[in-house]
Amino acid sequence: MRTLTLSRNDLILLAGYTLVVLGGPIIMAPLGAGYPDLLQKFVIFGIFAVGFNILFGLTGYLSFGHAAFLGIGSYTAVWSFKLLTMNPLPAIVLATLLGGLFAAVIGYICLRRTGIYFSILTLAFAQMSYNLAYSVLTPITNGETGLQLVQSDPRILDAAAGRDYGAVLPSSDLFGIPMNGYPGFYFCGVVSIVCFYLAIRIFRSPFGLMLRAIKSNQNRLNYTGLNTQPYALAAFVVSGMYAGLAGGLLAVVDPLAGAERMQWTASGEVVLMTILGGAGTLLGPVIGAGVIKYFENIFSAFNEGILMAAFDFLPEPIQHLMVNVTSLFVGEGWHLTLGALFMVIVIFLPGGLMEGFNRLSALVAGIVRGRRDGASARGA
Amino acid sequence: MSKRKIGRRDMLKTTAVVGAGFAAPMVFVPRAYAYTNEPKGATVTLGFNVPQTGAYADEGADELRAYELAAEHINGEGDGGMLNTFSSKALKGNGINGKQVIYVTGDTQTKADAARASAKRMIEKDGAVMITGGSSSSTAIAVQGLCQEAGVIFMAGLTHSNDTTGKDKRANGFRHFFNTEMSGAALGPVLKNAFGSDRVAYHLTADYTWGWSQEGSIKKYTEQLGWQTYETVRTPLGAGDFSQYITPVLTSGADVLVLNHYGRDMVNSLTQAVQFGLRDKQVNGKDFAIVVPLYSRLMAQGAGENVKGIFGSTNWHWSLQDEGSKAFVRSFGQKYGFPPSQAAHTCYCQAILYADACERAGTFRPSVVGPALEGFKFDGLGNGPTEYRASDHQCFKDVLVVKGKEAPTSKFDVLEVVEVTPRAQVEYPAEMLGGELGPYNDGTA
Amino acid sequence: MDAILLQILNGLDKGGAYALIALGLTITFGTLGVVNFAHGALFMLGAFCAVSVKALLSLEQVTEDATQLTAWGTPLEVRVPYVESWFGDFGTVLLDYSVPVSILVAIPVMLLIGVVMERGLIRFFYKRPHADQILVTFGLAIVLQEIVKGAFGANPIPQPAPDVAKGMIDFGVAVGMDAGNVVYPMWRLVYFLFSVAVIAGVFAFLQFTTFGMVVRAGMADRETVGLLGIDVDRRFTIVFGIAAMVAGLAGLMYTPILSPDYHMGMDFLVLSFVVVVVGGMGSLPGAVAAGFLLGILQSFASMNEVKSILPGIDQIIIYLIAVIILLVRPRGLMGRKGVMEH
Repeated sequence: MRTLTLSRNDLILLAGYTLVVLGGPIIMAPLGAGYPDLLQKFVIFGIFAVGFNILFGLTGYLSFGHAAFLGIGSYTAVWSFKLLTMNPLPAIVLATLLGGLFAAVIGYICLRRTGIYFSILTLAFAQMSYNLAYSVLTPITNGETGLQLVQSDPRILDAAAGRDYGAVLPSSDLFGIPMNGYPGFYFCGVVSIVCFYLAIRIFRSPFGLMLRAIKSNQNRLNYTGLNTQPYALAAFVVSGMYAGLAGGLLAVVDPLAGAERMQWTASGEVVLMTILGGAGTLLGPVIGAGVIKYFENIFSAFNEGILMAAFDFLPEPIQHLMVNVTSLFVGEGWHLTLGALFMVIVIFLPGGLMEGFNRLSALVAGIVRGRRDGASARGA
Repeated sequence: MSKRKIGRRDMLKTTAVVGAGFAAPMVFVPRAYAYTNEPKGATVTLGFNVPQTGAYADEGADELRAYELAAEHINGEGDGGMLNTFSSKALKGNGINGKQVIYVTGDTQTKADAARASAKRMIEKDGAVMITGGSSSSTAIAVQGLCQEAGVIFMAGLTHSNDTTGKDKRANGFRHFFNTEMSGAALGPVLKNAFGSDRVAYHLTADYTWGWSQEGSIKKYTEQLGWQTYETVRTPLGAGDFSQYITPVLTSGADVLVLNHYGRDMVNSLTQAVQFGLRDKQVNGKDFAIVVPLYSRLMAQGAGENVKGIFGSTNWHWSLQDEGSKAFVRSFGQKYGFPPSQAAHTCYCQAILYADACERAGTFRPSVVGPALEGFKFDGLGNGPTEYRASDHQCFKDVLVVKGKEAPTSKFDVLEVVEVTPRAQVEYPAEMLGGELGPYNDGTA
Repeated sequence: MDAILLQILNGLDKGGAYALIALGLTITFGTLGVVNFAHGALFMLGAFCAVSVKALLSLEQVTEDATQLTAWGTPLEVRVPYVESWFGDFGTVLLDYSVPVSILVAIPVMLLIGVVMERGLIRFFYKRPHADQILVTFGLAIVLQEIVKGAFGANPIPQPAPDVAKGMIDFGVAVGMDAGNVVYPMWRLVYFLFSVAVIAGVFAFLQFTTFGMVVRAGMADRETVGLLGIDVDRRFTIVFGIAAMVAGLAGLMYTPILSPDYHMGMDFLVLSFVVVVVGGMGSLPGAVAAGFLLGILQSFASMNEVKSILPGIDQIIIYLIAVIILLVRPRGLMGRKGVMEH
């Protein structure tokens, strides 16, 4: 049973994570993010980033091609819907396995090099996947339009079970529970909690320790006669499986897979998520993913009308001034805010957002302790 | 310090219980809507989903301007624009069905995933009852599919691929813009008049579905006229430098170059083809010709003087002299200080057409609004008499064949209309492009 | 034969562009060790130096002609460029040569941008992990892009080459073939020669000047050079400025080939990293060699004869070659041992 236990702190972490995920619709509502699609994106990209962090945060291998596994997961899941059944379970299992399989092949080749050479190799593989998916592999990927479901798909398992979706386009469902909207979010949320739990286990295991050792000094490990490659490859495959799973979940809540999911910008996004939140920390990547998705979906939606309403309480000339100034940073200017945020965070918080939280909690703890000390001093 | 230990089984059990507890109030309380996002108050929310970042950001900004203008006009503000020339007089200038129009905006980033995420936000969070906009076929098709699933109407923005109302058509989706089939049918005869029927064409085609669609249509119609197709070469999207694809054209013996590119690809490939002297070249004793089947005036400005004399087609152009176009250009120009693009025009029309259909239907329910658009015949929106065909939700109207202007008078004046191809000439049977509309979806209550 | 000769020319021209783009990056990234994701943005800023100069030169005197109306009913504006009204014919010539003329502006501007960037931001990141460098430079790239977008819009802005360089050069005649078979655009040759000149200049500077010697020593062993009492930091600042200048000039001269827009830097970012790494970290000759190699191979992969055997090869050739080279040669073509291998 020892392997299934967690330390007290990790238990609190997991419980907190569970609580935030399951209470997401309520917690996120005041931020304007309490709607299914964005909540789904939070947890799915959270899984993607947590998996990426197992490779990058622990071993220090910076992959610039993880979006390829995300895309492969999505394509696999949609094909599973088309050929087998609309049930999401086979879809995500297959997506995870195929993500892992591709990661094993690509990882085996790329891990022959280290440092920047490794990064460029992964980038090259991902870009080749993207370019081919967009053009030559169109029969499999449906190219630019993206792979979609059609009424006439065979769905052999559904057909065998006698399920007929009639004239409407089917959507995925888990034994009758539809996988869009909030049920879809909870499905992804539960999967993400399992993934988070597994990530904690990996971080705390001897395997995790070995991965950290690779990061701190691979040469020394090699000199001791230890072959680090199998460990690094295992980490690569695990993170590839996380990416495949995330890609599969994207298709579960929204059965469409497009090639752009594999582009280098998508690979770069998960790198940014991880670094922004704090590489090597458990919670950081999830927070980073949330922040970036929040900006993309909420900040881009502020238009002049909304700003006018927001500054309604001000006298008219000031209102117009405020609207003009803020509109540079929201709506079509959301990229600018995101870029500035990256800079500010990395300049002032070298360890990412988690560093900020740790400092903040240390500060609070300090104040509390100080007060307590003060109180006990007075009491004495 | 004692370690508390729990097993996986306990953990899952707790999770499930907590999950169910939270899920219950959200999921199982039925929403009191007769259809997705039925407007209950004094307002109705429309979703304007346009590219605000990426290569088509300027086109998206122009679309947004048009939507703002349309919302004003529907609400009875401003000078009314094309509502004054529109043949249907159902809209009274008091919003739609007595409800004032408000709107939400989002960024498609010209990526299918981002466009769907943005549209989902509008539907799930902001309560939009209709989604419109976009500047590429992949986002149009992706968002159209989403709107079908969600049970709202989708009024496509700029999307030119046949698939939008062909292979991938959906009952809840409608397109005002034309497609590659119509471009081919309209361009063919004009090209024959300009260049004769004994020509050899070399195609450079953006390697994705729209490019193939465009290439197929042009090939089909020019070959009917007696042209030969020397070669069709696929180029990667966003190649930037096309020189390695252009040099083979020089020695091929072909005398027409067809650039099935749009946006930045078009600007770059055209600029570079002219650099390689193709516009001034003589082959087989004939003047070499370049054709750009789909023109965008906004983008053509990026190619500068290289567009001079180059033929193409477009959905609408601000220099048209019918009453509808004039009213729209006046209204738009006075508000923003420059003329609208074809993207702005099609988006404005789509917003007006949707509002009018809802008004005539007396509801926003997709399964009632849709049929009000099906077979709807109208005029006064700048393209002459137009019909929303019932069988594929595609508008049929005259197509403009244009040419890069030799002596532009301003930076907006880059194209001149060569011919207005009548609608009858560009019509095709709906079955030709395949696909299935399926039934309307009002969304699950 | 003609076709192959043309593709070789093409590859040289493309390779010159790749080499020049990679050269600036290999200075900051391969030698100073900064993972500079803002390199593409510097390339873009250089291109917009040309745009700005042209915009300044074509600033127009606007008078409203009330007797004529635009299509939307406002008085027609009559525009006359100031340079033409002030300088007459010379103004017209200046406008025609706006791209080469803007080099004079771009050199100090890009140097300044580079120096400010290094002093204000990058120097705090030499010792930070690569991950932090990526995040901060990527953020900077986005910010620079958005500023340019705010000022110039998102659409490409045409920058024609001077009239004399718009024509074609007949190569076939030079090698004794029939006229008109192997012709190539003049501006592309100008770009090729320009890239060769800049590359040669940078090499000469680092190879033959005392400054260059110190810089090279500093790159090899920064601490020891510092212990000798030489201010390495100041020299690195200037080197960064030079890198920014090279990137900017690469972008500037490219504008007649590719109408610049705010996003162009991102499109070249990945490519420039691939070229630098294939060339080998820390090696300037490697980056140049890799640039030409990839340019020529890409041109050949795009030939119809090749594509008919291997469909889609032109889409992936660069990456495929990168994979092959990095697997065969662990540090790229000419990489130095121990640079960015961890």
